[in-house]
Amino acid sequence: MNMNVETPKEPVDAMTFQLPEELQVKVKTRDVNVHYGEKQALFDINLDVPANHVVSLIGPSGCGKSTYLRCLNRMNDIIDIARVSGKIELDGLDIYDKNIDVVELRARVGMVFQKPNPFPKSIFDNVAYGPRIHGLADNKTELEEIVVTSLQKAGLFDEVKDRLKDSGTGLSGGQQQRLCIARAIATRPEVILMDEPASALDPIATAVIEELIDELRQNFTIIIVTHSMQQAARISQYTAFFHLGYLVEVGDTEQIFTNPVDRRTQDYITGRFG
Amino acid sequence: MTDILDHQIAEPDSLANPRHDWASDNARRRIKKRYGRDRLLRAFGLGAVITALMLLAILIASLTYTGYVAFYTTKVKVDIFLDPQIIDKENPGKTKYRKITKQAFYAYFPDVKNRKDKRNLSKILSSGAQYIVRDYVVAHPEKIGETVTINLPLSDPFDQLHKGVIPRWIDAAGKNGGNGEKMLNPRFKSEKVLVWFDNLVARDMLSSPFSWELFVNADSRFPELAGLAGAFTGSLLALLVCFLISFPVGIAAAIYLEEFAPKNRFTDFIEVNINNLAAVPSVVFGLLGLAVFINFFGLPRSVPLVGGMALALMTLPTIIVSTRAALKAVPPSIREAALGVGASRHEVVLHHVLPLAMPGILTGTIIGLAQALGETAPLLLIGMNAFIPSIENLGLMEPATALPTQIFAWGDSPERGFVSRTSAAILVLIGFLVMMNLVAIYLRQKFERKW
Ligand SMILES: Nc1ncnc2c1ncn2[C@@H]1O[C@H](COP(=O)(O)OP(=O)(O)O)[C@@H](O)[C@H]1O
Ligand SMILES: [Mg+2]
Repeated sequence: MNMNVETPKEPVDAMTFQLPEELQVKVKTRDVNVHYGEKQALFDINLDVPANHVVSLIGPSGCGKSTYLRCLNRMNDIIDIARVSGKIELDGLDIYDKNIDVVELRARVGMVFQKPNPFPKSIFDNVAYGPRIHGLADNKTELEEIVVTSLQKAGLFDEVKDRLKDSGTGLSGGQQQRLCIARAIATRPEVILMDEPASALDPIATAVIEELIDELRQNFTIIIVTHSMQQAARISQYTAFFHLGYLVEVGDTEQIFTNPVDRRTQDYITGRFG
Repeated sequence: MTDILDHQIAEPDSLANPRHDWASDNARRRIKKRYGRDRLLRAFGLGAVITALMLLAILIASLTYTGYVAFYTTKVKVDIFLDPQIIDKENPGKTKYRKITKQAFYAYFPDVKNRKDKRNLSKILSSGAQYIVRDYVVAHPEKIGETVTINLPLSDPFDQLHKGVIPRWIDAAGKNGGNGEKMLNPRFKSEKVLVWFDNLVARDMLSSPFSWELFVNADSRFPELAGLAGAFTGSLLALLVCFLISFPVGIAAAIYLEEFAPKNRFTDFIEVNINNLAAVPSVVFGLLGLAVFINFFGLPRSVPLVGGMALALMTLPTIIVSTRAALKAVPPSIREAALGVGASRHEVVLHHVLPLAMPGILTGTIIGLAQALGETAPLLLIGMNAFIPSIENLGLMEPATALPTQIFAWGDSPERGFVSRTSAAILVLIGFLVMMNLVAIYLRQKFERKW
């Protein structure tokens, strides 16, 4: 990408946009910078994510969307060279605080990855794994209940109810991704992070997932990275546009796609780069 | 460099030039040449494979050729009267069976009277024949007082003669380098014994049954009775120790290095050294074992415990390297998935990565153990080549021998019978190695995953 976009010298104030007062802020990001070794991947990110909404992160590839997403459940911790600074709060709780247990955090902030990655175990065990390690069920019946509800919420139960013992890797791509969503739901998270969850799926499976995301909004806060602007427009209420590590613009999805403020956003959504 | 640039600038749209003429002679020749090179490469590869296979075939064939005779033993059927006067009924194991055995055999040659002849006659029988009679009586004490037929092995020269391995007559080695004159093979005392032997053949008393002795007997000074049971036990015990040490330690080390160790100079250094360790000649591990386990810690010589520990030193790098490769082959998406639902690092490793890597780890372990099974030098250095004539008291702390050291010992023995037994033992060892490798291949294929 050798576009001649001038890199902003000043951090962009994406916060010209204010969430409506009545919305509860679920995830609050303040001045987050991320470095991979010498290279800075994110610059002073400020973003508020409202509870029970879907927020899309869009932007050209390599702009730091995944990096930002991984900050929210501290998956960057496992990358040796990654360094995160700034403040991220979940319900007012600093998730980078020393006293925070990442294991608990990741149960509360679930993640769905780009490529469906079910464990090579049975469908049941895939969903039951999280509740098991976190001790969320006291007995077998409770565990089964969690598994069934999670599969139902992920819209997969009817398709797999007769073969819960079969391997999760034997499902179709779309089913696998919904299994991964069920697995994430099973730990009763508050926030679900999705990193291009439909990019490896065919259009029909994608449509199913999109519908599902809309339903999941009732119970969860969803932050989704997508490379498809149509998808962002279809499923999210708010959209954040990243560019070269900067959060350029945040706003109502409709506003971002119809009336973007920043020229770079405009260029991107009209397909002039990325 | 500048040339190329100039050239590119001079002809900016070379793609727009007249099309390449695929039908031209030049183009045809080029294509032909490329196919020729393809064929050449394939021929080279095929040639290499065929050479390797042929060498292997030659090895196996030559071993089989010299070794197959060890898989049967020439035996003579002898009727023996278990004289209750001689045999102590209460304690049949304590009786001397030499006389009974010899007398029974002499009975077939009533003409042989003189003592010297008798002594030579008795040499047709294996010196271990009396023990076979003893074992028979101990196993069937109710037969005392009866006449029983027992199949007794012949002594080595006659065994070999019957198998056609050695000739009766050899070239007389004169100063003039053999002038066609023949002389009696010095392994036979006189022409008479050959006559007696032929007599046994003529009376159809000889047979060549499968040599269970090769597998169930311990070592012996008499090749016709020598077997591998002691070596099997020794190898098994040593491999057990080797496995119990190198498997957990190797996996733990590999997991630490692969999953937990920070990537820095120090861990790089460790990594390089582990790889170096895998290339250290095994004799060095033997010396190390001798110096550390025996001289420093004062463990006894020749015992499987120490042998297994020395072998473990050797197997450890193999297991570490293969375990790391197996761990690395587990796709990162599985780790991410586990971390994503909140698994801690040890849970990621123990619940997901390790089980998925296990087939690879086992494959590597089996290959490591197969190497250890065939390893001779370290065992020789710690003295695990003891002469083990009985498998009664074998243990981790008892002197023992192992398959390769047994082969080494037999290969060093002058008796003709040990030549074929050495080859046979090598075949058995190769058989074990092939079996272990087959298990490894089976594991690899059974658990092979497509991600
Ligand atoms: N593990 C990593 N190590 C080093 N650099 C990384 C790593 N992950 C991402 N990056 C860099 O960070 C920048 C942002 O990457 P990413 O967040 O994956 O972008 P996006 O998801 O928007 O495509 C890229 O320049 C990428 O090269
Ligand atoms: Mg990405």
